[in-house]
Amino acid sequence: MLRYTVKRLLQLAVALLGLTLLLFAWFKALPGGPENRLLPENATDQQREALRAALGLDDPIWAQYGDFLGRAVRLDFGSSLSSGRPIATELADRLPATIELSLAAMLLAVGLGIPLGYLAARRRGTWLDFSAVSGSLLGTCIPIFFLAAMLKVVFAQELGLLPTAFRLSAGIDYTDVTGLRVLDGIITGEFNVAWDALLHLVLPAIALASIPFAVIVRITRASVLDVLGEDYVRTADAKGLAPGTIRSRHVMRNAMLPIATIIGLLLGSLFAGAVLTESVFSFGGIGSFVYQATTERDYPALMGFILIIAVFYVVINLIVDLSYGFLDPRVRVRK
Amino acid sequence: MRTSLTPTRRAFAAVAGAALALGLFTACGSDGDSGGDADTAEDFDFTCPERTDGSPEADEAANESQPFVFASPGDPTSIDPILASDGETFRVSRQVFDTLLDADCTDTAPGLAESWEQNPEGTDWTFHLREGVTFHDGTPLDGAAVCANFDRWANFTGGYQSPNFTYYYSAVFGGFAANDPEMGITADSIYEGCTADGLDVTISLSKFTSSFPGAFTLEAFSIVSPTSLEAVADAQIPTADSPLPEYTQNAGTLAGTGPYMLTEWNHSEQQVTLTRFDDFWGEKAHVKTVIIRTISDETARRQALEAGDIHGYDLAAPADVQPLINDEYQVPVRGVFNLLYLAYTQSHSPLEDHAVREALSYAIDRERIVNSVLPPGGLVATQFQPPSLEGYSEDVATYDYDADKAKDMLADAGAEDLTLTFCYPTDVSRPYMPAPKDIFDMIASDLEAAGVTVEAKPITWVEYIPTTRSGECPLYLLGWTGDFADPYNFLGTWFAAESTEWGFNNPEVFDAIAAANSEPDQAKRVDLWKTANELVMEELPGLPISSSPPSIAFAPNVYPPDVSPLTRESFSQVYFTTAS
Repeated sequence: MLRYTVKRLLQLAVALLGLTLLLFAWFKALPGGPENRLLPENATDQQREALRAALGLDDPIWAQYGDFLGRAVRLDFGSSLSSGRPIATELADRLPATIELSLAAMLLAVGLGIPLGYLAARRRGTWLDFSAVSGSLLGTCIPIFFLAAMLKVVFAQELGLLPTAFRLSAGIDYTDVTGLRVLDGIITGEFNVAWDALLHLVLPAIALASIPFAVIVRITRASVLDVLGEDYVRTADAKGLAPGTIRSRHVMRNAMLPIATIIGLLLGSLFAGAVLTESVFSFGGIGSFVYQATTERDYPALMGFILIIAVFYVVINLIVDLSYGFLDPRVRVRK
Repeated sequence: MRTSLTPTRRAFAAVAGAALALGLFTACGSDGDSGGDADTAEDFDFTCPERTDGSPEADEAANESQPFVFASPGDPTSIDPILASDGETFRVSRQVFDTLLDADCTDTAPGLAESWEQNPEGTDWTFHLREGVTFHDGTPLDGAAVCANFDRWANFTGGYQSPNFTYYYSAVFGGFAANDPEMGITADSIYEGCTADGLDVTISLSKFTSSFPGAFTLEAFSIVSPTSLEAVADAQIPTADSPLPEYTQNAGTLAGTGPYMLTEWNHSEQQVTLTRFDDFWGEKAHVKTVIIRTISDETARRQALEAGDIHGYDLAAPADVQPLINDEYQVPVRGVFNLLYLAYTQSHSPLEDHAVREALSYAIDRERIVNSVLPPGGLVATQFQPPSLEGYSEDVATYDYDADKAKDMLADAGAEDLTLTFCYPTDVSRPYMPAPKDIFDMIASDLEAAGVTVEAKPITWVEYIPTTRSGECPLYLLGWTGDFADPYNFLGTWFAAESTEWGFNNPEVFDAIAAANSEPDQAKRVDLWKTANELVMEELPGLPISSSPPSIAFAPNVYPPDVSPLTRESFSQVYFTTAS
């Protein structure tokens, strides 16, 4: 297992190097430069040229890449051109929001998706199955942006049940521990903070969970249907095992393999969904920051953020791969 | 010579009906032509509309216990205003700091200086400061405190000189005491020095430009406590891509003299908290706590207001204004202080032909654009500056919409089968151009109706400026929002010299602008600017389309601040009312 992990980590390093090279080339090929966002439209050409030169944007590409790489290995991604703050600081401020939102969305998607998918499979052909399948189809079809806007109109504007924006109401004092507001509120005993943060989390989490939820329902249903038809389930049933034992030891454990893979992939893709969700709900995470950095050609911010997201993505997939070992003894033996 | 205020207000007839329907206007001038409630379109003053909402009863308990929450489209960047050039930083800094001079409507007005005077050459500016003003840290304001600020800026070194940090300083004063070659600033500084004598302070310049005294109102030149400046004197910005120093990102590092103190800047929540300064020299703020939060999406801002999460927001979408008013929200109309134009790049044939440019100008129905896609309170522009500035001329050549005339003129000029590429930006909304694509569509359809084939060229904003500057676009939309009361801030930016973005060489125009910019005598300068405007409109380098105010919205139970054409709203005027 250790050798496998080390091998995977080495692969990760090579993948990241290739990724930085590709990203750098791509960003540099994009037309326009950050000086056009940093300076007002009536700035003189001389001021624009001076800024480009001072930012090193007129240096040869290889020199710029070398400079970036040299700093990146020291975990110094420079500072955001638009905010003037170090990328690491921006990340520290914004990542907790995205993590909290993604975790909440994933909890919703997994917590509801797996039981529903399982029930749909067990009661195949019933109204429950039909509802779950058509509901999940709808979930994958509705764009997050639209769903988020609809949720806001209904639950925040019309019914006034939930807030439309932000992570906390204005003027609430809180103690920052992990950056995850709900968790912090519970840890520090500031339950009003935890409750307020939870209320702010509900709509964005539902919006962001819609696609993973739908996918998980469908995969779980299909996977459980496959396993239910297996000989070993029939055998266990014939041996007179308790239905609960069959469900947990024989059906769900085997059905979880593809579900675990898909959850890993979905976690990564949540970042993409977070760009839209965070923007609609002004949630202040990294998704909205990356979008802004793209439109402003904020190269250091983009490189830093994408690199870190990529590390997350690869690490999550690594964890998923390693979790196979626990879910499936055969993988453990082979390793 | 005492500098006098020069009101150049005009009443405009166009589109007043829509603006009047809003019911709440702002008086930010003392002597507008409108003279109180505007009853007819002719009385409506687009420059600085008169406020008509009276003084509703304040809810004092709410003022003390409830924060006023305002949503802005973006985060501020720096607590130190000299290091910023963005409106979101200045929205915060104007609550915390004061400038030597302030703006009343667009006129220059007393700020920290009660009065001021210039020498005949316009090179020595003497300010008489208010008595009894103290900074938030208890330091008294005097001439030496002002000099500490000006001297600090002039002596910036390294990355501090880069235009992404000190754009306004180099734009106004040219350069620094010792220009750093790495930062690319080559112009000599026109700042000669600062001398203080008690509450009197004199700023000396090596030459006059028409930027003065308006530039002394710029929020970038806010006066900071010298005690705070000493504490941050060691902060460095070594290069242009260095991060801003730590002190610029933390509340409480710099003390100002404004009605509010910056008590918290929470970057992860994207909010700044302001707390009333009880020793403020002017009228104290009504609401104890103001919170400014970022909501970048304009629809999300409207929804937050409607759900009661916030009490006000800026840059309301034009399409949202009427529905908000119908629901009893307040959308006070700002005066206009920007300009949107359609440029004719004369390096593209046949745009060098004056008759063709004239024909295109007649083909465009600007009234329709103002009435349908711009916020209420906008007006059709007749020249390349808004009417609130000195030098606005009533005698410029005008090009009123006449489609038939346009067709005839194109035929006479031999340009019946004209095909023109028309550029517009795709991913941006500017205060003078809230919906570029909609404006493009309307102009393009007018041009098509006159027989011109339009080839649309949408371009992202980051490439838009370099593309249009290089002269690649025969037709393009662009504009500018003024920084302060100075026609050069508009005309000089565009027509001071030959450039690829316009592609014409008319020394008469260039000389007229240079003459106006260097004339220290105000009466003479006003005439020179009028002449310059008339010459520009004869040359017709482009068609001024509109001046339109960006919309700002407030909840029904809030008494809004006086809204400003320069977007210089002071939240100290805001209070909660007893209205439900």
